[in-house]
Amino acid sequence: MTRTRAAIHGWLLLLPAMALLALFTHWPALATFIDSFYSTPRPIRPAHFVGLANYATLADDPIFWQALTNNLWFALGTIPVSIALALLMALWVNDRIAGRTLIRMAYFTPTVLPMIAIANIWLFFYTPQYGLLAQVLGAFGIASHNWLGSQDTALICVMIVAIWKEAGFFMIFYLAALQQIPPSLAEASALEGASRFYYFRRIQFPLLMPTTLFVLINAVINAFRTVDHIIVMTHGGPDNATSLLLFRIYELGFNFWDTSLASALTVVLLVGLALVAFAQWAFLEPRIHYR
Amino acid sequence: MSMRGESHVYAPAGGGRLIETVGAWMLALLWILPLAYAVWTAFHAPEFSTRFAPLAPLTLNNFERAFDAAPFARYFLNTVILVTLVLGCQLVLCTLAAYAFARSDFLGSGVAFALVLAQLMIMPDVLIVENYRTMSFIGILDSIPAIALPYVASAFGIFLLRQTFKSVPRELDEAARVEGAGPLQVLLKVYVPLAKPVYLAYGLVSVSYHWNNFLWPLIVTNSVESRPLTVGLQVFSSGDQGIDWSIICAATLMTSAPLLVAFLLFQRQFVQSFMRAGIR
Amino acid sequence: MKRREFLKATAGVAAGLIAKPALAQSATEITFFFPVAVGGPITKIIDGYAADFEKANAGVKVKPVYAGTYQETLIKVLTGHKSGNPPTSSVLLSTDMFTLIDEDAIAPIDDFVKSDDDKAWLKSFFPAFMLNSRTGGKTWGAPFQRSTVVMYWNKELFKEAGLDPEKPPATWAEQVAFAQKLTKPDGSGGASQWGMQVPSSGFPYWLFQGFTTQAGGILMNEAGDRTFYDKPEVIEALSYWVDLSRKYKVHPPGIVEWGTTPKDFFERKTAMMWTTTGNLTNVRNSAKFPFGVGMLPAGKRRGSPTGGGNFYISKKAPKAQQEAAFKFARFLTTPERAAQWCVDTGYVAVRPDSFDTEALKKYVADFPPAAVARDQLQYAVAELSTHENQRVTKALNDGLQAALTGTKAPAQAMKDSQAEAERILSRYR
Repeated sequence: MTRTRAAIHGWLLLLPAMALLALFTHWPALATFIDSFYSTPRPIRPAHFVGLANYATLADDPIFWQALTNNLWFALGTIPVSIALALLMALWVNDRIAGRTLIRMAYFTPTVLPMIAIANIWLFFYTPQYGLLAQVLGAFGIASHNWLGSQDTALICVMIVAIWKEAGFFMIFYLAALQQIPPSLAEASALEGASRFYYFRRIQFPLLMPTTLFVLINAVINAFRTVDHIIVMTHGGPDNATSLLLFRIYELGFNFWDTSLASALTVVLLVGLALVAFAQWAFLEPRIHYR
Repeated sequence: MSMRGESHVYAPAGGGRLIETVGAWMLALLWILPLAYAVWTAFHAPEFSTRFAPLAPLTLNNFERAFDAAPFARYFLNTVILVTLVLGCQLVLCTLAAYAFARSDFLGSGVAFALVLAQLMIMPDVLIVENYRTMSFIGILDSIPAIALPYVASAFGIFLLRQTFKSVPRELDEAARVEGAGPLQVLLKVYVPLAKPVYLAYGLVSVSYHWNNFLWPLIVTNSVESRPLTVGLQVFSSGDQGIDWSIICAATLMTSAPLLVAFLLFQRQFVQSFMRAGIR
Repeated sequence: MKRREFLKATAGVAAGLIAKPALAQSATEITFFFPVAVGGPITKIIDGYAADFEKANAGVKVKPVYAGTYQETLIKVLTGHKSGNPPTSSVLLSTDMFTLIDEDAIAPIDDFVKSDDDKAWLKSFFPAFMLNSRTGGKTWGAPFQRSTVVMYWNKELFKEAGLDPEKPPATWAEQVAFAQKLTKPDGSGGASQWGMQVPSSGFPYWLFQGFTTQAGGILMNEAGDRTFYDKPEVIEALSYWVDLSRKYKVHPPGIVEWGTTPKDFFERKTAMMWTTTGNLTNVRNSAKFPFGVGMLPAGKRRGSPTGGGNFYISKKAPKAQQEAAFKFARFLTTPERAAQWCVDTGYVAVRPDSFDTEALKKYVADFPPAAVARDQLQYAVAELSTHENQRVTKALNDGLQAALTGTKAPAQAMKDSQAEAERILSRYR
């Protein structure tokens, strides 16, 4: 087959996917970028070029900075914890504990439920005085607290909901990877007199690095993409304590109809995600042991 | 029959095993608590949604009220159509694209692949404002394809399938060509069957993601004819008269039941397909 | 089935599923977006009205679409409008008026008022409800489901605390005193039973307007282009609210969730609650104890904001559909139907003559709380409504939540809110 024919075949195969990608990913990303330099079109005044004015507005907006810091804390809180929990769950389930099928089901179920439903249920858990958490803590004599209604605890509560939803999903990936490690490695390690912890640290964990990278990428994306529970549980409150970047984009774009400002914020979010992706790749890729 | 990877050698015994079992069970109970609560509340009258009297009478009234209050049957149908449409298109498009990337090294394929990878970070979820404009421009707002289209070309799917196709031995490819098969036939007869576990794993991820997707469908749909279950659930549970957990939990169970049941029945296959897919 | 027929059928099904739902296809089909509360009966009632209207007006079809909260319904109406496919009519917050005018989305009701009968109809609503319906000399929405804030109290708990169960507090001082008797502290800063509860999640500004009106302040001007968040009366009102939890400890600390407040009341976690009169039917059905409903206590005067939704007609819809929508609006707000809607939902009947109908006379006689909101209308003020309403309101909401969680002092919170509102509104002057 000649090179030209190969090229034509290649591009024909690619065409449908690339066309849709261009239409719904590349073009919108570009359009968002361009839009961020114009003002929001309104019936009284169509859009006009304003340069960096939208970005200046964002920089001046305390809610933007709060959403940014909130999102960073959210990422910092949910990513390591959900990955660590997922690994722990996978190790446990892998260890043939009694009733492990049920346990595995219990860990994975949150993934199957829609976030909207989860948010409503957890709203009950966090309700002061007669909510589940209040009742349980009350049994231990601890006073009830307004978890979602105070700024110090609202974000943490929302993080817990996210961790609860995600850990089981990541567990499956770890479980699959664990079961691919040949038992001969464990036998050899035991013969050398290594402790279990040593085996985990020096053999299992490094072999799981590809999975960890994969799970990490997913976790990072989720940390910036999941806002359903905020829409239901706190509406970004109290006083923007649980406002995240995507939530703010939704608020600006569909509550206030300030589409250019929303575009500017989207660009900021995308740049941030790109940086994170690059950092992950540069830092972790060399450390991965592929087989 | 022992499974690979299980470190029997290191399996804890005696006291260690007990601690580990207890720990795992406690975490599991904690994890299942919200669902257990939802089940309790859905089957009991509203008075019992905040107290746990063990002998309280069961009732199906909440399910009746929920079913009456919103057209869940239609929402269910919409969601099934949506996930089927999305998955079907994804399988076709991603297979074709992955095949092109895996087996041909043609002019511009590097650039094209980089563009595809970009979607891993520039997700449709972030581009809601602009995608909404596009849908409005095309004129398909408030329809199921409008929900589906931004997700159909999935970078994740292309990436996954490309890895899988790349690991198919070249000899099989050449053997098929020797028998006179054209490129598409080679794809269908050699590559696709070998990638079955990956298709299954990917399908499961895709279905559960799109079944539970909320923000984009919320923005892009208005009417009952195109609303999926998640949006229907939210529209239904936000009210002026306060939160009625009994009816919300009943609705939640109704909407999650299919996925839950499917997972319960196919747990093992689910996990095994991830294993064989070699997603690492 | 033959291959061809199968393909045709599939194409037909596919096209049917893919085609946009037929919004306003023919000249006599109108759509009606409305917000829904939990409880199936509401949507069935609307469907019933639509069917009755169709029977009385051959050739017109009404398609009611329930669309979520007021917030969500507004989003759907505006997204429809911006993409060229708005619903013919909708029920949206009366406060959305300026936003809808700015987006050029609604036609003034005056355009359709022609006959003397129409004119009489337009004059027949409670004046308090017309406050948020008129600007620039025109009427933009017709009152449909309106409300005020009212106070509910638990008569059993009142008796327990040694208070007269038939007399709610009538002044701010009494409110605090009663609440103090009704609060059962639990020794660690909380309480197993609070004296009172005023929700502050989501849209605290509405409840707050009760306090500000009672303190003698107003929050915005009639043109909707200036706010007065930092006036002394407003700060005084906020200080009172904050003191309820901080100083007097009769009110839960932090943000009180709107959605769980009725439940808190039923669970006896609070003896008094402020919430919408629209909750009346729900409370009546769910409270397992005798309860009372009363006007909000007076500061310098009694007062409450009005609330709820008006009926709006889309500007972009074709003339024939607009006329049909207007007819539907008139149909929904006859004295009898307004009365029936009041009985079924707890919203206030929007016209005085509804209270003279048999249905309402009997209902009020059986259940006096139904008349409280109406009686409070004489003290009612317009609900907070300005240009860029969502943003300007959010500025206030954020400030209120900051003060209630103790992050900012009331004066500082209101100053910051006012600065933000000024920044947004200054270009509308």
